[in-house]
Amino acid sequence: MHAAIPAVLAELSPLDLSRWQFGLTTVYHFLFVPLTIGMVLLVAIMQTAWVRTGKDKYLHMTKLFGKIFLINFAMGVVTGIVQEFQFGMNWSDYSRFVGDVFGAPLAMEGLLAFFFEATFIGLWIFGWGRLSKKVHLATIWMTALGVLLSAYFILAANAFMQNPVGFVINEEKNRAELTDIGAVLTNIVALNQFPHTVTASIMFAGAVIASVAAYHLKRNQQVSTMTTSLKFGLWSVIVGGIGTALSGDGLGLAMVQTQPMKMAAAEALYNTSAPASFSLFTLGTPDGKSELFSIRIPNLLSFLSTHTLDGEVEGLNDLQAQYVAAFGPGDYMPVIWITYWAFRWMIALGALSFLVAVVGLWMTRKETFSVPKWAWNVAIWSAPVPVLGISLGWMFTEMGRQPWIVFKLMKTADAVSPGINGVDVLISLIVFTAIYGILAVVEIKLLLAAAQKGIDDSETSDTKPEDADKLAVAY
Amino acid sequence: MQLNEIWFLIVGFLFIGYFVLDGFDFGVGMSLPFLGKDDTDRRVLINTIGPVWDLNETWVIVAGASLFAAFPEWYASLFSGFYLPLLLILAALIARGVAFEYRGKGHTIGANEVRWKATFDWMIVIGSALPALLWGVAFANIVQGVPLNADHIYTGNLFTLLNPYGLLGGLVTLTLFWTHGLMFIALKTEGEIKERASKLGTKVGIATTLLAATFLIWTLIAHFSVLGFILSAVAAVTLIAGLAANFFKREGIAFSLIVITIITAVGSLFAALFPNVFPSTTDVAFSLTIDNASSSQYTLTVMTWVAVFMIPLVLLYQGWTYWVFRNRISRKSIPAGAH
Repeated sequence: MHAAIPAVLAELSPLDLSRWQFGLTTVYHFLFVPLTIGMVLLVAIMQTAWVRTGKDKYLHMTKLFGKIFLINFAMGVVTGIVQEFQFGMNWSDYSRFVGDVFGAPLAMEGLLAFFFEATFIGLWIFGWGRLSKKVHLATIWMTALGVLLSAYFILAANAFMQNPVGFVINEEKNRAELTDIGAVLTNIVALNQFPHTVTASIMFAGAVIASVAAYHLKRNQQVSTMTTSLKFGLWSVIVGGIGTALSGDGLGLAMVQTQPMKMAAAEALYNTSAPASFSLFTLGTPDGKSELFSIRIPNLLSFLSTHTLDGEVEGLNDLQAQYVAAFGPGDYMPVIWITYWAFRWMIALGALSFLVAVVGLWMTRKETFSVPKWAWNVAIWSAPVPVLGISLGWMFTEMGRQPWIVFKLMKTADAVSPGINGVDVLISLIVFTAIYGILAVVEIKLLLAAAQKGIDDSETSDTKPEDADKLAVAY
Repeated sequence: MQLNEIWFLIVGFLFIGYFVLDGFDFGVGMSLPFLGKDDTDRRVLINTIGPVWDLNETWVIVAGASLFAAFPEWYASLFSGFYLPLLLILAALIARGVAFEYRGKGHTIGANEVRWKATFDWMIVIGSALPALLWGVAFANIVQGVPLNADHIYTGNLFTLLNPYGLLGGLVTLTLFWTHGLMFIALKTEGEIKERASKLGTKVGIATTLLAATFLIWTLIAHFSVLGFILSAVAAVTLIAGLAANFFKREGIAFSLIVITIITAVGSLFAALFPNVFPSTTDVAFSLTIDNASSSQYTLTVMTWVAVFMIPLVLLYQGWTYWVFRNRISRKSIPAGAH
């Protein structure tokens, strides 16, 4: 019995555990990031409206949604450090091989964006009443700028993994070396992924704002401010939704061009087709290598992939044969059922959120409106819909790249740290799972409490601090 | 001067910046149970770093990313080699960060406020003390060298790092950051809490002086250089002078002197390391140096331009933040209604 336990532990695979850990910590981190990206922009708009009009309701909105933004921001920050450290801790051969290229956008993110947002967020939180109104307003816009810059650099780094550009392979040092930073920063995948990420984040923040407003309107409380919040949130979902769809279209074209295997996997398209139909529902054989049954819309996939009705779309089996010829024997297909369903549900959830916003705006279009209780409940429970879509979109993007960590350049299996053992990774996986699990419970409780309390209307634009010594905001 | 030498300096600068800035955050966190007699006291302490701890912590993210970009081999070998200590540091930083944000919000969800705050206070204390200790253990081991094989892969385990020199290094950073935090509290507060910080600062400072002197002499014997000697001497003098200034209630001078102590003490470690970045105790030939660990000339050139333009700007706007929040705070500053 005693001998059996170390044997089990010795067989733990650092690769599999590291993949689970990276997947878990990344999905978790990216629950908070989109709300940060979307909310900082929307709160900045609310505060601008207050500074320009002086209306109390905009101040109340800024404070309430600013509080929700901050509860969430803290989690994004602390879970973000884990992301950076993991490249070295768990994926050191990856870091050795691409650090010369991949490290540059990360370091730029730090120097240009992280310092910027961390500094200005502190000024914004603690600057109420201490900075002049206009300077204080500038700090939230500066924070927003930092957040956007940070998003761009990290997406450029990720785009290198999807579509490596701007490098040469140094055979002697066995690594990729940067030759063109401009190419890395204007990677076609990054140029399309950035607006897709930002607009989807605005959808999520808009849905959260609408949800909070619906909660209070259902109870007929804080009506004036919450009506404005509701419409602002729903319009944000609509604007963000249109942007997400348009940029998603561009991203799809870029994907067909750079990673045809991923598009074929998104569609479970086994054989090259011209014209190609869009599958609404496909069942494959248990080994995932061929199709059994499907329901299809003619020509749609050709249109999405090439913007022509009869363009050729390459199928999985042909691409597999091409890659075997180019890279040697192996399985070059991602896990089809994951990519297929993640891609579909991403689109479906985005469309659902958009639909809720359109119907919501229609139902509340008149000066006075009466909305049935079920409709308020739909609006309240719609808040997580966009973030589920965002998560599935990233699972699709990253799982669809497999078996590669850097497409056509390095396999995930070759990237894991050679020096780490399975027990250490198991320990870290358990530690992160436990900490993240506990924090998720606390975080959600605090967010719900702040949302349910709603605005504090004792404070108005004319409120002066009673005592100049007192901190306007304190921990 | 070559680009990889410049980047050795920049990486050193970023880690020194991190230790100077988050160093006093750690010290403030560790002081909670010693200086905070009640909740208001503890809130005074936390609010001395309230607006800045996040940007201070950001220095380690930037230092790590710069290491990745400029010395990928160093980053890869170091971070995978020091797997469990880094895990502990990450867990501690997460605990500390969320504790600052959440400790005052328990009443919003109907939690038992006393227990809620006590829990988060302990997370702040441990989340501050653990990284303060472990960064010292890590840096002492980097300077001393660790078992690396021909592929620069760490072949030791967690206990390899817990050797006398490594542990002494950890105790030095733990006590030095604590002293630093106490000087910061004395500078940033008023009234009784300031007195308590100043008194405790003297006691902890004396312990720090003994530990740091032993450690710096040990380092000099093992890796003598003229620069290392000068830096260590300045560190020792400023530490003692800082304690004297604290004794005579000159908080600004005391804090500034301890800042110089940290800069020169950590600087002396980087001086001892150069031109290695991660020496191997298995075979000198397996060591990582600024030559075999660095990025290509092109990458270093690009990154140098970014650093040359951005670092002065960063210092400028972070300096402005410290200026905005320059006032001392006291029990009177804490609003009763808010948390």
